[in-house]
Amino acid sequence: MNRLLAQYPQQVKDILAKYPPEHKRSAVMPLLYLAQGDKMHITRQDLTDVGEICGMTETEVESIVGFYTLYHEEPGGKFRIQVCTDLPCALRGAEEFYAGLCERLGVEDGGTTEDGLITVEQVKCLAACHRAPMLQVQSGHGLDYHENLTVDLAMEIIDGLRQAARTEKKEAQA
Amino acid sequence: MSHVLLRHRDIPNLKQLDVYVEHGGFQAFRKAVTAMQPGEVTEQVKISGLRGRGGAGFPTGLKWSFIDNNNWPHYVVANADESEPGTFKDRELMEENPYQFLEGLAIASYAVKANRAYVYLRGEFWPVARFLDACIAEMEEAGYLGDNLFGTDYSLRIYTHLGAGAYICGEETALLESLEGNRGQPRLRPPFPPSYGLYGKPTIVNNVETLTNVPPIIEHGGEWYRTFGTEKSPGVKLFSLSGNVEKPGNYELPLGTTFRELIFTHGGGISNGRGIKAIMPAGASSSVLPATDEVLDTPMDYESVRAVGSDLGSASVIVIDDSFSMDWVVNKTLHFFKHESCGKCTPCREGTYWMMNVSDRITQGRATKDDIALLESVARQIRGKSLCALGEFSTMAVVTSIERFRDDFEAKTRTEEAEG
Ligand SMILES: Cc1cc2nc3c(=O)[nH]c(=O)nc-3n(C[C@H](O)[C@H](O)[C@H](O)COP(=O)(O)O)c2cc1C
Ligand code: SF4
Ligand code: FES
Repeated sequence: MNRLLAQYPQQVKDILAKYPPEHKRSAVMPLLYLAQGDKMHITRQDLTDVGEICGMTETEVESIVGFYTLYHEEPGGKFRIQVCTDLPCALRGAEEFYAGLCERLGVEDGGTTEDGLITVEQVKCLAACHRAPMLQVQSGHGLDYHENLTVDLAMEIIDGLRQAARTEKKEAQA
Repeated sequence: MSHVLLRHRDIPNLKQLDVYVEHGGFQAFRKAVTAMQPGEVTEQVKISGLRGRGGAGFPTGLKWSFIDNNNWPHYVVANADESEPGTFKDRELMEENPYQFLEGLAIASYAVKANRAYVYLRGEFWPVARFLDACIAEMEEAGYLGDNLFGTDYSLRIYTHLGAGAYICGEETALLESLEGNRGQPRLRPPFPPSYGLYGKPTIVNNVETLTNVPPIIEHGGEWYRTFGTEKSPGVKLFSLSGNVEKPGNYELPLGTTFRELIFTHGGGISNGRGIKAIMPAGASSSVLPATDEVLDTPMDYESVRAVGSDLGSASVIVIDDSFSMDWVVNKTLHFFKHESCGKCTPCREGTYWMMNVSDRITQGRATKDDIALLESVARQIRGKSLCALGEFSTMAVVTSIERFRDDFEAKTRTEEAEG
């Protein structure tokens, strides 16, 4: 059974409607975002499901996942904190900011916090160079920018994410 | 002077449809569709002298006139991939003045008789895409998109498409591959997109800023646009100013404004009381300019910047102060290009890898003087042998920094004797 079709029939339909019917393959990227969703990584089953909808083999879908950095093949934190340390941001102290953030979180570059919620990584320019240091949070809900940061401000954002995750968990249990 | 592109800075809430319409929004699109032939629209854009703002500076009207009218359907794709380090202008336009951009896209579509247009955004612009989706829905509701526009038989629909983290998808043929559901790797050209583009059909790809210029050009006429800028580089340009300046940000200025005016008058000068050392006028892909008086007094237009040894490109002006060593700057750019090389051709794939390694050695103080020559020679071997311009871009900062800031590199290397 196709999980995507079963779980998100309307979204799949809306995605397919964006492209000419004879070019379903164009839907592969939005479908992969849909599949990645809350769990924040792509599984074997996702490859099959996405391929089935847009007429591609599992291997072809996998090559797309491998090519683009915003699709994740390995499970990571629920939230990916992506700090820009590219040249313009680095000129404004982004590397020191990133080192400070890793230290406060007690993780190495690319690592995930002990509670499994937060993965931190360095990324290339995010088109926010005038508001460095900055980071984006990637989660199942999409992407959010946070700009003009200090390590303290970033920690507040992260505390907020942890809080949200706890509330979500409680609600799920209730 | 009031803004032509950053009009939201003059008019509050311009990102609301009713406010945009109140301030003349969609009059240009209406005029084009109801009172002008597609060819006449293209002609006005040609007269304006507008050149592509995505980096290459190709004349926009001329590009539109290349559309192949023997092959249908036609497509227009807005390039909203904005991934060149130091560039953040298209994002501001889409977030704050979205309807002027979308109107420009609509006019371009009419000019080349396309009934379907896409906006290809970098994956990180997820919230921007959701916002544009909402704007597009409002335009449909209000009758600015859909069938029988303004009572004519012209119809148009616009869709957004998100990339997923790959700088190379800003290159127009890689972008089209990506939009078709393939890996974003450039195509061999020719054929160029106006004859063989999306799904193999005639396609115009234009940058967001380029398209945002179009509504005022159609509204006021091509001649009016030429009252800004220089003879060969007419019009206004968004300069994304970043790095070690007091007031980084986007500045809309006529082409031909000097570096000095941008950096010191608008940008407030260099931060922390430091001196200015170098300028990269086109992001990480730039040839690096030493900040001499001659360079600072150079007008920022396509021809003048080239004459002093660099390129204006997307006008992403990165300012570097005198506390930084250029070997480190080069090292940052090489980590970028190594990461972003799509791997399709060997000189770029292997070359960026080798340049990064040698540059790491230099910056970490593990290199000898011979490594400087090695770095330069690897860079020169990539040139002219790459399928797309990324390969070329990756060598610009390397070659020019070694040439213009050699001392910075030599200071980092060990002499053979000291090694013993
Ligand atoms: C490696 C590479 C990256 C590029 N990135 C962008 C980009 O992010 N945005 C853009 O508009 N053009 C980019 N371009 C230029 C496009 O290929 C193309 O020239 C442009 O979209 C054409 O639109 P214009 O004529 O309106 O500038 C890039 C080119 C190369 C070679
Ligand atoms: S030059 Fe580099 S980025 Fe361009 S096609 Fe070749 S490998 Fe890909
Ligand atoms: S370099 Fe960090 S956002 Fe551009």
